[in-house]
Amino acid sequence: MEKLPYEKPYIKKLQAGALNKFGSRTGLQPFKSIDGVSVKSLIENYGSPVFVLSEKQIRKNYRAAYRAFSTRYPKVQFAWSYKTNYLNAVCQIFHQEGSWAEVVSGFEYRKALGNGVPGNKIIFNGPGKSINDLQLAIEHDSLIHIDHFDELNLLLTLSKNLVNKPRVAIRINMDTGVYPLWDRFGFNYENGEAWSAVTKITGSGSLQLVGLHCHIGTYMLSADAYGIAANKLAELAVRCQTELNHKIEYLDLGGGFPSTNTLKGAYLPGNDTVPTIDDFAEVITSALLNFGFANDDLPLLILESGRVLIDDAGYLLGTVIANKRLANGKGAAIVDFGVNILFTSFWYEHQVSPAQDFAAHTENMVIYGPLCMNIDVIRESINLPLLNPGDQVVVHKVGAYNMTQWMQFITLRPAVVLIDEKLRTHLIRKNETLEYTAEPELVPAHLNNNK
Amino acid sequence: MKLKSNIATSENGFIFNPATGDSFSGNGMAAQLLEAMKSGKTEDDIKQDILSRYEVSESQLNSDWDNWMLQLKEANLLEI
Repeated sequence: MEKLPYEKPYIKKLQAGALNKFGSRTGLQPFKSIDGVSVKSLIENYGSPVFVLSEKQIRKNYRAAYRAFSTRYPKVQFAWSYKTNYLNAVCQIFHQEGSWAEVVSGFEYRKALGNGVPGNKIIFNGPGKSINDLQLAIEHDSLIHIDHFDELNLLLTLSKNLVNKPRVAIRINMDTGVYPLWDRFGFNYENGEAWSAVTKITGSGSLQLVGLHCHIGTYMLSADAYGIAANKLAELAVRCQTELNHKIEYLDLGGGFPSTNTLKGAYLPGNDTVPTIDDFAEVITSALLNFGFANDDLPLLILESGRVLIDDAGYLLGTVIANKRLANGKGAAIVDFGVNILFTSFWYEHQVSPAQDFAAHTENMVIYGPLCMNIDVIRESINLPLLNPGDQVVVHKVGAYNMTQWMQFITLRPAVVLIDEKLRTHLIRKNETLEYTAEPELVPAHLNNNK
Repeated sequence: MKLKSNIATSENGFIFNPATGDSFSGNGMAAQLLEAMKSGKTEDDIKQDILSRYEVSESQLNSDWDNWMLQLKEANLLEI
């Protein structure tokens, strides 16, 4: 006789009181494949845990964002934010689509050069550029975005006897009605610091001021703030033209557009609350088009989006190691990936889906990573079906920041796989090995027992 | 590990504790286990019965049984 399907026994306390207006069903579905490639085969071939990126989704996101801006404004350029995900294969997808590179360190700058990005299509941002970094950027005719007066003074010294004047922009911080203000980067607009920097650069005769840049925040949930920022940058550009007879070639509105992840503590899911890329495009381009530039004299609009272009193209696949019940009766699952490789679990309530069929009952549980550290919590509270050790799970929308901010800590960092548009899988970063982590270490002779 | 004698259970998994007023709902397997426990079967008998009829390994059932006991204890449904 064929045996009956088994499910774990489970009871749930019934609560009296107001009903949850969202209902008790989670609408949870097993998530068995990514772009048609099965989760099971990905884990079989590349191990668990493993990051998976969808090239199809990355290109789709880029094209949607580019379309949103370019259908509203005639001169648009995207620059891929390297820090969001600087795996070379990922950068090359964006460069193939037409993105420049936006980098914030000498390391990232050299990575962009290594990816074949021409120097004049690299935007060099950030407060921490060294003399060597700046010299390299000057040699390659890159766009250097100045963060503070000390950097400006250094650039003036470096550019003293140069025939070709380095091309620079200044980063500007401002009040856009979003608090706290990000005033740690760049020159302040309201107190006149930005204008001082502008006049100092244009008056120096040794630097070309070609652009104005701002980056008003991150995970911005208000499109209107960008309208204010665009107006302030445009006002400064026009003032440069009228008072200094100096034309500003581009306005760089930075990034900060949110993905649809749900922020911790948010009442409603991200899908329902974040403005779309079209909302941002509409506000920014309207502000610029209505500002009063002559039609044939509009500045180039540069955008440095990262997160919104890649977050939903990334998945983390993993395996349940064990279940346990906490002292208060709450269920807990331990999975094989921790916060060391899923940094964004500190920011988001990531959606986690089982990768195989499951019984209808769900239980509220905690998901812990495998690290022997109290902070290693992937989700503090999530309704999931009863999972068994060995079951596979998929964490959604992990494409941004995780593959750059991850740490080799207690465990080794896993492989990253790209599914291309023809559904072929490619290993784009190998999993770390003990040898890889030991390679830079040196043991003094008197401590070396393995002579 | 005996269920409190005053606990009322229904065959579709509803559980009521008249002493506290608490009520619970359980899945199909929970309903079966409760019924078996109420009828006075031993732990071994209950497990043998489940193993013979359901697609489950002995080790999985043993670990789920331990977890089941923790749930009943937390719900205050077991004799102390």
